[in-house]
Amino acid sequence: MQKRFVFKLAAVAALSIAAIAPVAAANQSPVKVAAIVELSGGGASSGTQFNNGLQLAIKEINAAGGILGRKIEVTTNDTTTQPSVALALTKKAIDQDVFAIFGPVFSGSINVSMKESQKAGIPNFTGGEAANITTQGNPYIFRTSFTQATAMPKAANYIKAAKIKNLAIIFVNNDFGKGGLDMMKKALAGSDTKIVSEISTDGGQIDFSAPVIKAKQSQADALFVYVNEDESARALKELRKQGWTKPVIGETTLTGQKVIDLAGEAANGAVGHVGLTADAPIPALLNYKVKYARAYGHETDHNGIKGYTGVYILKAAIEKVGKFDREAVTKAMHGIKIDATKNPGVLMNVGFDDKGDLDRESFLVEVKNGKQVVVSVLPPLNPDNVNVKVGQKSAKAGEKAPAKK
Amino acid sequence: MSKRNIFLGVIFAAMVLCLPPFLKNYGVYMFSTWLIYVIATMGLNLTVGYAGQKSLGHAAFFGIGAYTVAIMMKAGISWWLGLPTAVVLCFVLGLVLGFPALRVQTIYLAFATLGFNTAVFLVMRNEEWLTGGTFGLNGIPRPAIFGFDLKGQAGSVMHLFGVEFPLAKDLAFYYFVLAATAIATALLWGLLRSPWGKAFQALRDNPIRAESLGIDTRNYTLLSFAIGAVYAGVAGALFASLVDFIEPAPFAVGASIMMYLMVVVGGAGYFLGPLVGALIGMLIPEWIRDVAPSLANWYLPIFGATVVVMMVWLPDGLMSIPDRIRAKRDSRLASAKRAEATSEIAAIAAQSEGVAQ
Amino acid sequence: MSRWGKSPLKRAKRLRLKSNQTGGELPSAPIPLPALGERVFVLGVLQMIDFLQLVFSGFATGSIYALAALGFTLLWQAAGTINFAQGEFVMLPAFIMLAFLSYGAPLPVAFVLTALVSTVVLGWAFKRAIVDPLFKYGMMQIVVASIGLSIVMKNAMRAGYSAEAHPFPSLFSDQLFSIAGVHISTNDVGTLVCALVVVFGVQAFLAKTVTGRAMQAVAQNTESATVLGINVPRMIFYTFAINAVLACVAAMLVTPVYLAKFDMGDSLGTKAFFAAIIGGFNNSRGALLGGLIVGVSENLAAAYMSPAYKDAVALVVFMIVILFRPQGLLGRKEERKV
Repeated sequence: MQKRFVFKLAAVAALSIAAIAPVAAANQSPVKVAAIVELSGGGASSGTQFNNGLQLAIKEINAAGGILGRKIEVTTNDTTTQPSVALALTKKAIDQDVFAIFGPVFSGSINVSMKESQKAGIPNFTGGEAANITTQGNPYIFRTSFTQATAMPKAANYIKAAKIKNLAIIFVNNDFGKGGLDMMKKALAGSDTKIVSEISTDGGQIDFSAPVIKAKQSQADALFVYVNEDESARALKELRKQGWTKPVIGETTLTGQKVIDLAGEAANGAVGHVGLTADAPIPALLNYKVKYARAYGHETDHNGIKGYTGVYILKAAIEKVGKFDREAVTKAMHGIKIDATKNPGVLMNVGFDDKGDLDRESFLVEVKNGKQVVVSVLPPLNPDNVNVKVGQKSAKAGEKAPAKK
Repeated sequence: MSKRNIFLGVIFAAMVLCLPPFLKNYGVYMFSTWLIYVIATMGLNLTVGYAGQKSLGHAAFFGIGAYTVAIMMKAGISWWLGLPTAVVLCFVLGLVLGFPALRVQTIYLAFATLGFNTAVFLVMRNEEWLTGGTFGLNGIPRPAIFGFDLKGQAGSVMHLFGVEFPLAKDLAFYYFVLAATAIATALLWGLLRSPWGKAFQALRDNPIRAESLGIDTRNYTLLSFAIGAVYAGVAGALFASLVDFIEPAPFAVGASIMMYLMVVVGGAGYFLGPLVGALIGMLIPEWIRDVAPSLANWYLPIFGATVVVMMVWLPDGLMSIPDRIRAKRDSRLASAKRAEATSEIAAIAAQSEGVAQ
Repeated sequence: MSRWGKSPLKRAKRLRLKSNQTGGELPSAPIPLPALGERVFVLGVLQMIDFLQLVFSGFATGSIYALAALGFTLLWQAAGTINFAQGEFVMLPAFIMLAFLSYGAPLPVAFVLTALVSTVVLGWAFKRAIVDPLFKYGMMQIVVASIGLSIVMKNAMRAGYSAEAHPFPSLFSDQLFSIAGVHISTNDVGTLVCALVVVFGVQAFLAKTVTGRAMQAVAQNTESATVLGINVPRMIFYTFAINAVLACVAAMLVTPVYLAKFDMGDSLGTKAFFAAIIGGFNNSRGALLGGLIVGVSENLAAAYMSPAYKDAVALVVFMIVILFRPQGLLGRKEERKV
């Protein structure tokens, strides 16, 4: 009875070695990166978009000759939206001696896996938005999305400017939602706007009648909804059903095209601050949107942009340093300012601070007639760090970028 | 123990002892995780396979063990104190979970344990002051044994036959886990060989008859849950130190169901069942991810289909294959003998007929 | 922030003010405080309205749980099958209907076609391939096989088709109206009515028709049923077929709200189990009662207690029922066979 088992064990062990061993062999020509993304589980939609975006970018870069003459070779791994799996996959990527890691997208997962990449000194790009990702002193983590610490103040500015006295907040009970709630509270502290109700909801929650009733009972003048996409759609539908006529404000997860598709009419009138939108009136973004749709047959969203721009940001940093040195590239990333006219792949001018957070223009959008309409373009929090003039349109993507920033 | 089994056992021991130094971080990490799940599923095997109970809430004890150790270590208390605390806590809670088993039967018991797991999960997720909620607990250190810190150093190297092999950082902890697994296995083996083990099996096969024979089914029922829970708790304590960060997700009902499937696929009631089951549930998906990433997406459907197919053709699990082969062979021998005997009788009958005529 | 944070006095004051508002502006002149009795009355009425709102929403959601739970109990009664894949049995027809819809079929046609497909796949194939071979081994094997099946269905859908949520058209127009302050949508009403019609229809079928009575006989005592000349395998097949169709109906009613996604079966399946157990595992009306209890208690818990623990209420009721009345609120006690 043990014989069978032992054979199995031997087979597995042998195959594990066989799988890991070739990787140890030095492979000089292409530069290796790992994509560790959520391709299944709760984060599947975000992770798949992020992955598609970065694969598209890699394809383009390789077609144009690669980075400093070397093509990019990417291994894709599915974290199944579990932080422990993300951790294991990061260890694997470290074993494979990759130059950089892209993902995971979900804040819960990146918070865990980035510790591994930090120990190994590998630059790690993520789309996660929870504020605490960049406050833990990890020099190797870089965001391709706004941190909540930057995004919430912008949303809060809008709320303060709209003279909203009492605000109710519906948030999702996880890293992402709680992080956003904390940042919003900080941003509104000391202002005229009081938060009269904090309503927690579950990830994947179906029935929003109770949260909406609580919001109504709190007598708030406006509602800030900070939950994931599917739940945003359900919340919007419930709000409409219960006759909520006051403003509904949110972030990227409230006003995305997917949410609009799912919520239908109920989404009209929702206002959101979005760091990235595929519908911004910026030619580079629109161009990217077309390319994505052609490559994958469906619409892109902000997660796709995060993945796409991430690769080009890495490329810009490597080109700035001039060689494939992880430490040097990491140092160069802190304080880098990437001009979108010279690096069209980043779509918009972007600058990074010493914590790994980026600053960029963002947008205020409103959903009108089932489409996301950009109402205004908001400047970066610190325009000097980004080297951009407010309202500047980036160059058309598709122009080959000279390899210098 | 036959010579063949001893030989196989030695090969297996050699593999788990000598293979890992040649693996990198990821391989060592996977082996460690596999062994931890072996410990946990051994406990479940006791409850479900040997004592015949139904437990779909095993991951809850896994989590309780992990969180107990993690919380205590974050408070500065040594792992070696955290472990017994986790053991005691799991034992007590296991007894508590055993009580519904006294009142309800089979499928209702399964649901009750499921409910227990959900309740524990909710507490883990919501009580942020204690468990860190969805943010979890971070930075859990490794224990030190006999003054030797198991944290491991990067860059240690082994020399063998004049060749330098870089050692994975987590290797020391792997051997610690291996030792723990060995001890746990030995203890369970001893338990099952003892009269207690027989009592558990009697409980599984026919509880009313067992009771009529004087076995206190109450106590044994409760004990089967409690001991199973303790194993899961120990596994959880090791898990916390291994992954350095814990959050509620690996301890939810889905994980319990996976553990149950691991036991069933391996073979409930077979001693080595958990070894095989954990291999299939843990190592195989990783191996597929490694070797054929495009297939990785399909791992779960294939696993589920395997479970379904196995239930139809091999309901007693993979470890029952040798028994089945043996049974087939025996029955073939028996029918051959019967055929022989029948022809002999026919020959004798023909003879006697001939005589009678 | 506690709902009751402000004193009833201030709350009543605001309520009174609110009832005077039109455009959301507060009137500037001070309003005299209403008398105590009036305040309490207004308070009570508004409480009542909220409560009714929650109860009614809970009914709508609960009626869907009831449909899934009903199929569950039927399978258990007639075929001794615990189907852990019940949630996925609702998910699959949802996607099949979406497929038919994308070919241009109108919703009712898509529903009928899907019902046919489900009867074959989820009814006949499920029975022949999984339940029949495993029946002699006992219940846990069937449970495990159904768990495996649910994993297959869920992940094959995710890997093979799509990981995203898809919108689903509603059978009823999404009109809103309010009765005395309680907001109701035609969707809610329609769902509730449909579910009730189906549940009572199945009940009537089982109790009043010959086939239905034969199915009940099979559920109670298979051997006697065979002796009486009832075609037992066929009756059992009918049970599976009915379960498949019930799952289709549930899919059509619930997916507009749940959104078609590969994991929509998870929470639905769990709630269906809870509902079936709470109501009574061997009673069809129990499924309806259980479903409504689960739906309403969730909502009330989310509004009046901690929303983070809202799942706990259904869970607590479930545990209490399991421990103290395992046959469920409306069920009959089952004997233990030696």
